[in-house]
Amino acid sequence: MTLRVSTLLAAASAAWLLSVVPAHAADTIKVGVLHSLSGTMAISETTLKDTMLMLIEEQNKKGGLLGKKLEAVVVDPASNWPLFAEKARQLVEKDKVAAVFGCWTSVSRKSVLPVFEELNGLLFYPVQYEGEESSKNVFYTGAAPNQQAIPAVDYLMNDIGVKRWVLAGTDYVYPRTTNKILEAYLKAKGVAEADLMINYTPFGHSDWQSIVADIKKFGGTGKKTAVVSTINGDANVPFYKELGNQGVSAADIPVVAFSVGEEELSGIDTKPLVGHLAAWNYFMSVDAPINAEFIKTWHAFIKDPKRVTNDPMEAHFIGFNMWVKAVTAAGSTDPAAVQKAIIGVEAPNLSGGTSKMLANHHITKPVLIGEIQEDGQFATVWQTDALVPGDAWSDFLPDSKVIEADWTAKLNCGNYNTVTKKCSGQNY
Amino acid sequence: MRLPLGIIAGAVLTIVGAAVPCRADDAAFASGLEGLKSSSFQAKGDAATQIADSGAERALPALKALLDGHLRVRVPDGDLVIVTEGAESVAVDALTGAEIGAVDKADLKKIIINNQMRGALHTALARLSLRAPDSGARVAAVESLFASLNDETLALLRGALAEERDGDVREALRTALALADLDAVDTERRRVAVATLAGSLHPEVRNRLGVVLESDATGAPREPDDLVRQAAAAAIAYIDRMRSLFGLLETVFFGLSLGFVLVLAATGLAITFGVMGVINMAHGELMMLGAYATWVVQQAMPYNIELSLLAALPVAFLVAALAGVVIERGVVRFLYGRPLETLLATFGVSLILQQGVRTIFSPLNRAVATPDWMSGQLVINGALAITYNRLYIIVFSIAVFFALLAILRFTTLGLQVRAVAQNRGMARAMGVRAGWIDAVTFGLGSGVAGLAGVALSQLTNVGPNLGQAHIVDSFMVVVFGGVGNLWGTLVAGLSLGVANKFLEPYSGAVLAKIAVLVFIILFIQRRPRGLFPHRGRAAEA
Repeated sequence: MTLRVSTLLAAASAAWLLSVVPAHAADTIKVGVLHSLSGTMAISETTLKDTMLMLIEEQNKKGGLLGKKLEAVVVDPASNWPLFAEKARQLVEKDKVAAVFGCWTSVSRKSVLPVFEELNGLLFYPVQYEGEESSKNVFYTGAAPNQQAIPAVDYLMNDIGVKRWVLAGTDYVYPRTTNKILEAYLKAKGVAEADLMINYTPFGHSDWQSIVADIKKFGGTGKKTAVVSTINGDANVPFYKELGNQGVSAADIPVVAFSVGEEELSGIDTKPLVGHLAAWNYFMSVDAPINAEFIKTWHAFIKDPKRVTNDPMEAHFIGFNMWVKAVTAAGSTDPAAVQKAIIGVEAPNLSGGTSKMLANHHITKPVLIGEIQEDGQFATVWQTDALVPGDAWSDFLPDSKVIEADWTAKLNCGNYNTVTKKCSGQNY
Repeated sequence: MRLPLGIIAGAVLTIVGAAVPCRADDAAFASGLEGLKSSSFQAKGDAATQIADSGAERALPALKALLDGHLRVRVPDGDLVIVTEGAESVAVDALTGAEIGAVDKADLKKIIINNQMRGALHTALARLSLRAPDSGARVAAVESLFASLNDETLALLRGALAEERDGDVREALRTALALADLDAVDTERRRVAVATLAGSLHPEVRNRLGVVLESDATGAPREPDDLVRQAAAAAIAYIDRMRSLFGLLETVFFGLSLGFVLVLAATGLAITFGVMGVINMAHGELMMLGAYATWVVQQAMPYNIELSLLAALPVAFLVAALAGVVIERGVVRFLYGRPLETLLATFGVSLILQQGVRTIFSPLNRAVATPDWMSGQLVINGALAITYNRLYIIVFSIAVFFALLAILRFTTLGLQVRAVAQNRGMARAMGVRAGWIDAVTFGLGSGVAGLAGVALSQLTNVGPNLGQAHIVDSFMVVVFGGVGNLWGTLVAGLSLGVANKFLEPYSGAVLAKIAVLVFIILFIQRRPRGLFPHRGRAAEA
């Protein structure tokens, strides 16, 4: 008797397993989430993993995609660049995900690029970056330099009347490339060599005394001076603290940062930062109904009303919705079909406008300049009249001026040289 | 409807107010306050100017509150109030100055200002602060007017000079008037002005004297008088000389302060690694625990930020020391004499601690507030100022160092620690409980790391990565100084700090760091036991 019951139970559970497992595999569309959950980058990337889980959950509430539920496959590349490539391969090859949303640092993106190109996967990259790249398999939903750095410099030059410039950055590819572009741009605008100071510091630099003293001296000549900061992550706090302690206020020498957002500010004593600037495509303080809705959903999902939203989260929001629309239009999650369908797709951004996926795999975005407030939020002081289309190859560098990216049938190339009329293939 | 009318009325009143600046105009003040509720920065800026020009008694506190973000709109009735935040927020009516008492923070909306307004407010406040009771505030007020000298401010400054008794303030006032006189038509006045400015080190003075020597578009000198030009050139030469002298002093101070941070971080390690010979890779994470302890203490006493750091010191020491004892008893004691395994095991402990705080406190950094007494700088003269946080950390670092030295030298515990370090077998034969001493020594070193964490929380991020950022530097200092020698650690930390700061201007921060590392590698090649070799358990190995 006992035997029979247990056999029955085993049979039933086996049947249940059989019915669930294959159905599970067949009836879901897998979405890869490739963000570091441990190591140095966990500080920024964990939030993006949560954002993706929220977006997927919301989409499933709306009935999923193509009649199937979405299923997130979360992996942890642990802030380890080679591991990014390994995990990307696992996602595309083994888990057979339809698309991957992930990466933060440029070096992690460069590390996974060959994998996505080899296996023809799709990667949505949500962070502002240095440009000079356009891959068939990557969609850049963060800002290109012309959607963040150039407008910020324009604002300082035209509205604040800045004449002397400090370009301060952490020593790696994003600041170096951005500063190269900015230097060329400023010189084209007639800024003399003597009015430019360029400074690089190591990752996590914490002793800013002499650099801030130098900036103070540089800015003490009577001409209006500003600092354009591409200082990365953790080095920012000691930098702003030192500025505050040495008596450099935002009214004297404003600092405009490209890597300081609401998330970073939530871990900082904001007193010394008040009035300094940041350029982004989205602020949590943006007054738009769609943004209020997004914040509400986020707080409900993360179960913490104190959590902030930030620009890369918005980029994932836009990117995910674009992907959903492209898949719906193509009627399939096949990468080749999605690549074709996604160009020209429009999706709402959180500042009330509509962003569009361009042929160069970048999107249109508004540019906002905000001043840091004591509560860690930004007050928008300036914004572009219209959406700015992302430019993969900078128009201010002589080498990349002549290069164009267009993934429609017209060129079908990420780096087409308009002078030699040649597509130089994939060299990133 | 009320708003635009207020602005128009305000504009009219501003003109009236400017014409008779001394007469208090309460109506202009009131409409100016009303104008601050606008959402346009332009309108708010105009309203702030109007308040400053109104001459009303309440103008100064209102503008100060606006600048500090304490001026809020009370949502239910639209009144402007000045809030003092504390355990219970209390407010004062901005218009009348009447006490309102406790208010609900949720009802208050802050008036947001931008940088242009901040700049204008600074100038406006400076004009209103020329008769402030504190002489330091008066000097600061005069100096912030250096860049905006016009007939109106000059009249104010002259009036202030006639009444001023304080020497420093008179000096600042005379400098301001002399700066204006550089543009005088009368040659004699320009000569006197340059002579007055000759000794001042304020950056604005140097800039304006530089302008005197410039040539205009045609190549002719801007200043027609030879004597004035010569005097200006001499003054500039003096200022530049003084500046480079003070610049040198500044670099030395920067170097020492960096050095003392290194020493502070390395002192604990000098005990665990230097005296006991344990390669403790989790040393950085013990500092991190100290920093997190500071944050927890601040969360527990949010309205006593000024005292929270002092309260955090014993807490951080105990937390880190306790963690240290647990690490020693739980892991390290089984691995004495096996440095490679100790290194790997403690590295594992460091990863556990890191991921532990990630899980408990979230991977985000925690905001540790800086008390007011640690912000700002001690201004020595126009060319040299020392930041308070660095100054206190130097003092703190010296205190910790000597306290530790005293413990090792003058207490029974110190004697036993040294005895165990020098000859374990003999010490045990004399009745010293070696195991207990090991635990206490390790706890002591760890506790000092916790203290370093409190100091680091004031300089850098409090997050899971704090330890990693400092562990390499700490080992570098201890090895360079000579394992087992506290004095060596002090000398090594300071010399590395100063060397780094002198290299930085020439090579940039990245290369300076590399150069210091290369130097240490070469040095260790020649003298493997560091600057001051010492006999101890590690030295014998």
